[in-house]
Amino acid sequence: MVQFLQQLVNGLSIGSVYALMAVGYSLVYSIMNFSNFAHGAVIMLGAYFGFYSLTLLRLPFGVSFVLAAVGTGLVAVLLERLAYKPLRERRAPFLYFIITAMGASIFIENLVVATIGPTYKTYPAVFGQGPIQLGALSIGRIDLTMFVVSAISLTALMIFIDRTKMGKAIQASAYNMKASALMGINTDRVIIIVFALGGALAGVAGVLFGMKYLVYPQIGNITNKSFIAAVFGGLGSLPGALIGSVLLALIETFVSGYLSSQYRDLIGFVILIAMLVVRPTGIMGKSAEDKA
Amino acid sequence: MDAYIQGIIILTGINLLAVLGLSVLTGFTGLFSFGHAGFMAIGAYVGAIFSSKLGLPFAAAIVAAAAGAGAVSVLIGRLTLKLKGDYFCIATLGFGEAIRLILNNWKWAGGARGWDNLPASVTIWNVLIVDAIAVVLVWNLLNSRHGRNMVAVREEELAAQMAGVNVFRYKMIALFVSAALAGMAGAFMGHYMTYITPKLFNMVKSTDLTIIVIFGGLGSVSGSILGTLLLTALPEIFRAFSQWRLVFYGLAVIVIMVGRPQGLIGGMELTPAGIRKIAAERRAKSALAAAAKAAEQGGEE
Repeated sequence: MVQFLQQLVNGLSIGSVYALMAVGYSLVYSIMNFSNFAHGAVIMLGAYFGFYSLTLLRLPFGVSFVLAAVGTGLVAVLLERLAYKPLRERRAPFLYFIITAMGASIFIENLVVATIGPTYKTYPAVFGQGPIQLGALSIGRIDLTMFVVSAISLTALMIFIDRTKMGKAIQASAYNMKASALMGINTDRVIIIVFALGGALAGVAGVLFGMKYLVYPQIGNITNKSFIAAVFGGLGSLPGALIGSVLLALIETFVSGYLSSQYRDLIGFVILIAMLVVRPTGIMGKSAEDKA
Repeated sequence: MDAYIQGIIILTGINLLAVLGLSVLTGFTGLFSFGHAGFMAIGAYVGAIFSSKLGLPFAAAIVAAAAGAGAVSVLIGRLTLKLKGDYFCIATLGFGEAIRLILNNWKWAGGARGWDNLPASVTIWNVLIVDAIAVVLVWNLLNSRHGRNMVAVREEELAAQMAGVNVFRYKMIALFVSAALAGMAGAFMGHYMTYITPKLFNMVKSTDLTIIVIFGGLGSVSGSILGTLLLTALPEIFRAFSQWRLVFYGLAVIVIMVGRPQGLIGGMELTPAGIRKIAAERRAKSALAAAAKAAEQGGEE
């Protein structure tokens, strides 16, 4: 029973960070209708931004988070303006968007390798040592931070999307871009905001992953999980991305806890393919049109 | 010949096999795969089993590699070819990574440490001969009724379906051809390096292949060949800047997509007939421009 609860706690903490990635990625997907494969590179930059604002600038922990989020938000917007906007204006097929995103990902990752170097870096210890004991359960301080920070970020995003005018505009554009533009919504601005939000979430996720593991140029590969989670929950659906992420993380931790950690990554891809075959629209996906 | 130069030619030839296949799939049929390194991996391991464990000749290993990768592609195709756009991309990504992780855990074949001491059967001649055969076969396939049907699927799936093209079947043929060629390339790679590990066949390898096809130009066999020659050989020549190589690589992809989406020679072929066609189009364009200019001046007077 204790082991079960322990795995549950671990799964929830890692799942909350998967959710940060997957919600950001799904948000962009819901508006742009293409898979932003550069999302991982932005997450990686977030990890580096957080690392340097903690070590080089010696900023406090909370400020480093904000700084990383603002930085990656800007990078994501810049990427949209320089790379995706010309394609949008040309009405290029989605293939070109995906390839451009892939190119951007290669560019950013290797720019970091060429300038900062391929070595692994360790975040300074921000929290005290030793896990928090809760009866028989032990919760790592970093794991707890991951959960809390992710929950706060996602709640803030949900309030923004539900309660503000811009949030409504995002919802409307996700439903129908053309009609929204006809109703007087500045869809170009919606796109900028969406990339900024997705980028900021990616930045926060990057800092959390950097803290939990290490910082290195290929850390963005972990975004593969968010693609799986997003498809699992229904591509383009934010609640779907959230549920998909938590489920994926729980399945992963239980598989590595009870079976073998070697199968942890494999199980994700197996679920992905099984899901695509059985129910391509995912758990929360509604529109089957043009998707499967 | 210098062993180093020979090595570059062999690597280019091996890449060409995989790129040719992907050119059929992505360039002509419009399906975008992130998992073709997975098919290369299957080919490499099947080839290794045939030559190393069963002691069969290299030619048999190559044929088995192509057949093995092709057979898996039929299975994968059945499951995923009904998916569209991003869903197919993500499915292929999942497939490629799943293959790599399975090989990682497969102790009998060396697991993550890899498999070494494969026979060094690859020579510059057998690579070039197989390349030549592959080019001729792919060229003939694409210039047949089947090739035109693939292009129809790429251009407008619904219209092609309405016109009586069996869309699923042509996607399957394209996937099969590309997987078989990728499998062959994998077996060549294994028997050239005499050493394979699952890590060789990661997502970066898959993306590399796709980028070569795009760089050369979608819908052009000669473009794919040119792209392979440039993108495999040039990095070797500029080895001194190896750190910045991939930075420019990524940047080049963005610039091509934004500025020149047809790649080097997308949609055109560098054959005598193809060149004549391009020249004729150029002439017609400039004649049209001249006529328009003349009409404009005539209007002003």
